[in-house]
Parts: sequence; C-alpha cells; structure tokens
Amino acid sequence: MALILEPNFSEEGQRYFRDFSPGDDFYQLLIDTHRDLSDEQSAMVNAKLILILSNHIGDLAVLREAMALARDGADQH
Amino acid sequence: MHQTYQYKKFPYAPAPELQGGTSQRHTLIVIGCGPVGLAAAIDARQHGIPVLLLDDDDTVSVGSRGLCYAKRTLEILDRYGCGDPVAAKGVGWNVGRTFFRNEEVFNFNLRPQPGHKRPGMVNLQQYYLEQYMVERAQQAGVEIRWKHKVVSVQPHDAHASLQVDTPDGNYALDADWVIVCDGARSPVRSMLGLDIEGKVFMDRFLIADVLMKADFPAERWFWFDPPFHPDQSVLLHREADDVYRIDFQLGWDADPEEEKKPEKVIPRIKAMLGDDREFTLEWVSVYTFQCRRMKDFRHGRCLFAGDAAHQLSPFGARGANSGIQDADNLIWKLKLVIDGKAPLRLLDTYSEERGFGADENILNSTRSTDFITPKDANSKTLRNAVLSLSRTLPFARKLVNSGRLSVPCFLSTSALNTPDSTAFDGDMVPGAPMDDAPVEIDGRHGWLIDQLGGKFQLLVFCDDPASIPKAMQRQLTALAGATIPVEPLLISRKAGECPLKVLVDYEGLAFSRYDAKPGTVYLARPDQHVAARWREAEVSRIVAAVTRATANFAEE
Repeated sequence: MALILEPNFSEEGQRYFRDFSPGDDFYQLLIDTHRDLSDEQSAMVNAKLILILSNHIGDLAVLREAMALARDGADQH
Repeated sequence: MHQTYQYKKFPYAPAPELQGGTSQRHTLIVIGCGPVGLAAAIDARQHGIPVLLLDDDDTVSVGSRGLCYAKRTLEILDRYGCGDPVAAKGVGWNVGRTFFRNEEVFNFNLRPQPGHKRPGMVNLQQYYLEQYMVERAQQAGVEIRWKHKVVSVQPHDAHASLQVDTPDGNYALDADWVIVCDGARSPVRSMLGLDIEGKVFMDRFLIADVLMKADFPAERWFWFDPPFHPDQSVLLHREADDVYRIDFQLGWDADPEEEKKPEKVIPRIKAMLGDDREFTLEWVSVYTFQCRRMKDFRHGRCLFAGDAAHQLSPFGARGANSGIQDADNLIWKLKLVIDGKAPLRLLDTYSEERGFGADENILNSTRSTDFITPKDANSKTLRNAVLSLSRTLPFARKLVNSGRLSVPCFLSTSALNTPDSTAFDGDMVPGAPMDDAPVEIDGRHGWLIDQLGGKFQLLVFCDDPASIPKAMQRQLTALAGATIPVEPLLISRKAGECPLKVLVDYEGLAFSRYDAKPGTVYLARPDQHVAARWREAEVSRIVAAVTRATANFAEE
C-alpha cells in the first residue's frame, strides 16, 4: 500500500454534494474529540490517536513515509 | 468617507389611509426593503401578487455591508430581471488564494467547469444591489412606502393587523400575508415574542473599505497569521469603483470604538500594503457575529426570511445569498396557496426546506469560524499543521477552511420530492438546484438556466424534436393547460421543427450534467430545483409528482 495523500475521507451511506464536506466532517470530529480538555490532556489524546491509527495502518513502510512528511521542517518553526 | 456613491433619498409620501382614504385588506405586505424583502416583493409581482413593501428608512444600505453574491443568487436575480446590472457593475471572480504567514499555500477556482452563464461570485457593494433591486421592484409594480415603520403586528387566524408609524402619524393596515425581512435584529420578531436560538462567537472583525488604485487582480485573498497582522486573519476582496474590502480579525478583547478610528485603521492598511501608495477610507465598521436561527420560519400568516429568520458568520458569504434563496423558495408556494391550488401545508415546507438550508449554512459557517478562530492551543496547532501541510499535500488543502463559499443546498430530503424509481448518475437528484448549460433557442445562443423558473416545467430530452410522437406532443401540451400548469421544454441534441419549445443542447452538456438519455424527463419546480425525474415520460406519474411537489398529498 502506498501512502495516500489525495483527499480520502468518506463515510458509508453518506452522499456528498460538495467536495469539502467529508474533510470538514472529519475535522469537526477531531476538534470535538478535544473539546473541554486541557492542553496536556489534548496532547495525550493526540498521542493515543497516533498510536491507534498507526496500528490500524500497520505497514511500517507507509508509517515511515508519513512520519518523514510530518517531521519535514519541524525544527524550523 | 463615501466618495464613490451618492445616497439618494427616496421620497416619503404620507399614507393614503391618513388622508381620508379607506384601508382595504392587502394580499401581501413585505416588511423591510433590504435585498431579501426586495427579492420577495419582485418575485411576488412576477407571480401577479399585489405587494406593499414597507421600510422604516428612506435610502439603500449605508456602507457596503453584504459584498459577495454567489452564482446561484445571480441566477435568481436573472429571473427577477436584475442580474445584468449586478454582473455588469460588480467584479466577477472565481479564484481564491490562501496565504499562511508569508507565503501562498494554495489557490482554488470556484468554477472549474466551463459552460455556465454566471461566474462563481460577483462582488458588489450592497447599496448598488439594493438600488438595482429597488428600480426593478418599482418597474414591476411594487408599492414601496419609505419611512413607514411597522410598530406592531397582531396575528389573527386568517390575516394580520399592522400599526405603522410615519412622520404624519400612525395608521393601521391589514394583510392576508406578511413576509418579515427586517434584518438580524428583527423588531417584528420581538413584537411577536418569537425566539431565535444559537450562539455568539467571541471574536471581533474590522471591515475597511478602501478606495485606491491598485493592481490586485479580481480574486479573494485570505491570510492566516500574516507578518503584517500576526496571529490573526486578513481577507481582501475587490469591489466595484476601485474599492477594496479589507477584513482584519481583531480578537475579542479589541475595543470596537477605538479600532474604528482612522488613526488605528490607516496603519493597519499601510502595513498590509507594504508601500506608500495613496488610499482613502470609504467605510469602516467593527462587527461581531452570531450563528442562530428561528425554529420555525412560519408563524400563521407571518413568514420570516433572511437575517430575521437566520444569522450566520460572514465567512462564506451565506447571509444575503441564503436570504434571496428564501424568497426564491417561498413565493411560488405562497402564490399557489393564495390561488387555492395548494394547502397551507405547502408553506410549512418553506420553513422545512429553508430551515434545512439554514442548518447547512450554520454548520458550514460555524466550521469556518472554528478554523479561522481556533478556540484553544490544541485547535490552533492542528489548524497550523493543516496549513503547513497544505503547501505540498492535496488532502490538507481540502481541509483548509477560510470560508466555504455560498452554494445552493440540495433539498434531497424534502417531502416535496418524488424519489427516483430508476438509476441515474450525477448530482441532479430530486431536490437538487438545477445545473446550467449552454443551449441554442431559435438559432440563438442562450442558457438553460434562463429558460427555467417561475412555473413548473418538464424537461424532455431527445435526439431530435421530430422523434417525439404526435400523441406525446398532445399529452405534453395538455400538461401546460392543467390547473397547475407544467410547461414542456424539449432538450434536443439537434435542431428541428416542433410545436413545443426546443432548446438545442449543442455541446451535449445538458445531457451529461443531467445524465440524460433520449426519453429522460425532469420535472422542475418554479425555483429551479428538481422535483422528479424518470427515464420515460408518463403523464400519470408527472401529474402525481406535481401533486406531491405542491403538498397536495394526503398527510402521512
């Protein structure tokens, strides 16, 4: 499996008439997951989320590529 | 300020009721002469309904206020006969650019498909829009009374009584129907003791309309965290008359009176322009906003539309655009009810369909606000991560939300739709706002969208008008003479003689956008939404779909 970088969000049974809708649904879900948490609690939720999703993906080659993209430029900001 | 526009005062005239005239019951009174009230009044006149329009002021919108008019609004304005002056005076645009800190991260094009009459958006100061709509309303026979302020509304079973205050005193009016378009603070809503629910956003924004000679293209530019206005957002739009709209996010703690002062505003603009070019301020305003809606837009004989019924954040330009769609949805229904051809239930579908639209607008508008104004450190980190990835990764670009610009909603759950009985591809589902396409009419170039609206219509797709059998022609013609008339329109791949109106789909775009095959028929509502569609015309099904689309069905 190659790392997917094109828009890829969808939900079974949902029909989308606007291309931004599935991504916006995802983003709201993510923001709502953190609602009313402290910064420290949020950081913990994010870390757990990365672990859970990484296990779901499983393929270390894909994860390595994703980590490199995420790390790119991180020490410049 | 205001060098580019002369505000004309419309003449006040004393009420005939105060000069010994007797007051007859009016069919329809519209309260509020903004874009939504004007849209409702013009639409009503085009349906032959007499209209009295009351406004507490005597001029158009002071300040540019509403600015971006979406493709769908232009299509509705075309139906009202005032799309051309708006498009001609306004600045059409399709491209939006998004900047993060000091670089452009990506850009988008609102209208990726050619073959539509109108551009994605036109920017025009609200006073011009209102001026053109007032001119059109007067031409259409709308009676407008300036400086007639409604001070009380008394609802009754089958009408409403109004008290109206004027410079010459107070008088009473009765109307079968009242459409309330008196804006976000809606005094009439308060008079009736009706609630509007939602939330206030903890942020303030500064609008500056700036007159200058600049070579910025006709595009929307949006900055997140730019060096000239750190940690906040800035939006730039081009308007008519060399005026630019600059919108600075200020944060909740900003002092609105202080921020409006030229000595505060001018340095902000200079920092943004980054050079010494000359400019003058046209209009400055500091605003906050709310996202909220009334639970029901219909209260007996009073129908609420526009900001009076629902309010949004400005991101996405969904305010005036959705209000004009309210009028577009409401008036054909009201006409059928007034004529006794549809039950009151049809007007409840106005509230249901436009309430659905309001929910969609509020959802999109709230999400944009959450992206532009992150509520905590984590949300801000996520937001900045999206922006940072959006430079290179396509999926992240889709997540960047600087305002989801107004598009019409798909009324796909409406009770007025007849569900599909066969498979179709594409988006023209029952409830969909109908797509445009270039067509030829009597050998002249035109647009499908201009041939639609104002009445029920049946689009019959065919290869050749000659292929429509005589018996079918007679059946289709008979539909045009029914109690609720349905006008047949042939959409043909090639030109040919036929007693029915023929639109030649010379580029094949109508066929492809509607996933049509020869024989396919679409039933179009008077507001240019799909009511039903089939692979072949069958009169009994068409009649049943019209019955359903006018709420003439038995309650379930």
